[in-house]
Amino acid sequence: MTTIKTALTKKEPVQKTDKKSVYLTKQLNLWYGDNHALKNIDLDIKENEVTAIIGPSGCGKSTYIKTLNRMVELVPSVKTSGQILYRDRNIFDKDYGVEELRTRVGMVFQKPNPFPKSIYDNIAYGPRIHGIKNKKILNEIVEKSLRGAAIWEEVKDRLDENAYSLSGGQQQRICIARALAIEPDVILMDEPTSALDPISTLKIEELVQELKKDYSIIIVTHNMQQAARISDKTAFFLNGEVIEYDDTDTIFSNPSDKRTEDYISGRFG
Amino acid sequence: MRYVEQEKVIKRMNGRLVVNTIFKGLFMAATLLALLALVVLLYRIITQGASHLSLDFLMNFASRFPEKAGIKAALIGSLWLMAVVAPTSIILGVGSAIYLEEYAKQNKLTTFIRLNISNLAGVPSVVFGLLGLTIFVRAFSLGNSILAAGFTMSLLILPVIIVASQEAIRSVPKELRDASLGMGATKWQTVVNIILPAAIPGILTGSILALSRAIGETAPLIVIGIPVIIQFLPRGVFDTFTALPIQIFDWASRPQQEFQVVAAAGIIILMIFLLIMNSIAVIIRNKFQKRY
Repeated sequence: MTTIKTALTKKEPVQKTDKKSVYLTKQLNLWYGDNHALKNIDLDIKENEVTAIIGPSGCGKSTYIKTLNRMVELVPSVKTSGQILYRDRNIFDKDYGVEELRTRVGMVFQKPNPFPKSIYDNIAYGPRIHGIKNKKILNEIVEKSLRGAAIWEEVKDRLDENAYSLSGGQQQRICIARALAIEPDVILMDEPTSALDPISTLKIEELVQELKKDYSIIIVTHNMQQAARISDKTAFFLNGEVIEYDDTDTIFSNPSDKRTEDYISGRFG
Repeated sequence: MRYVEQEKVIKRMNGRLVVNTIFKGLFMAATLLALLALVVLLYRIITQGASHLSLDFLMNFASRFPEKAGIKAALIGSLWLMAVVAPTSIILGVGSAIYLEEYAKQNKLTTFIRLNISNLAGVPSVVFGLLGLTIFVRAFSLGNSILAAGFTMSLLILPVIIVASQEAIRSVPKELRDASLGMGATKWQTVVNIILPAAIPGILTGSILALSRAIGETAPLIVIGIPVIIQFLPRGVFDTFTALPIQIFDWASRPQQEFQVVAAAGIIILMIFLLIMNSIAVIIRNKFQKRY
């Protein structure tokens, strides 16, 4: 608990504002075959904030974040009910293509997953598939995205090298830059630091703070200190339900549900 | 009280080491036996056939006289056959593999199809010959043309190419697909830009090995009724032709001793053909191989 408290005192208090909703989830249910993985989820996620999703393994937090860009549908036998409104439009609508949704919502995965291509081609991949061919524009996008992911200085002289030659932490920032290159509105991060060392983790956390000025960020994390350090709002998931969703400060200092308190004080999970 | 008594362990040690040595010897003998058979075979064929190898052998048509017999028609015929088989089988095979792995829904029907493709790879080639005879030679009235033989051979090796391509596609890490799809790429863009480049070494290696099988196959060609003695070169895919294994089979089955020499020379040519194709497969695999 002590570490969490020190982290909290360092952070500026969250101001109550009337920010717009970016994702409004209403009565979302999801099944993997017979397994009821998400139960009646209601969440109102605001723009330009960092929303952390915490909870023990198997609680449905990764499933939820993958539902937000409908990547969860790659798993056969997934069924959903309810609504997720992204900018007031239901993402499950028949005429809402997943490709369109995913150009507005970027994703960073648990394990760094750059393509086995050059650093430049990794970043230019998104813009290229969306039809940008102009070399000059691509060059600018690559530089802007790499600067945005705070890795430009490290790689600017080796853009032609294979992205696999970078360290794990650098690869993950390449993946963040790759997500930025399609200029998304939201960035989903599914435990982005779980495969990284502490220093790389710190760099990514600093980066998240920078990015929230321009993007709405939803981050799943196993690490409660990380949620406390970097998020504005925190949702606590347990067994497929949202137990508590509130300002991060409130969740970590004065949770209203006993189960939340037990979890953040390390009594289970 | 100790359960493991050091004295007894030491006593048993010698026996264990002896057994180990015996099995090492047995396995080595098995390998050597196989190698020996191969070496004897190669030695016999080369000593027998080398004397007949010459530029004339490559440039002459088949003949009643062993000293004049050449392999020109069969060699060119086999090349024509490959020109039909390679594009047909690779396009169909890789296409099916992409469909089955990337697009098809996982249900009982696709599982059934997958299982049966693997089974088809084990069907004897004679059966494919009969299929080709019924469909291509008779129903499509292609006769004993290069096209009919090429399509039959394509069917024969299609299962092998599909299975090899499926394996190659499946070995592309799921994370790469997720990354591409997560950025709003369509399935097709993901297949072309991410999956195929990563799977191509496996696909090509499998395809070339399957093609070398097609070159050596005799049975389907005999069933289709490919002629042996031909005194002209085909000018197109609708012409009839002859192929290396058929020509070799004919020479080897003649009574005259001299024709055995000619057959051995033909085998050398066929082996060089196969060796070149397998080397290409190895080169491609080494050149494109990527590790994840």
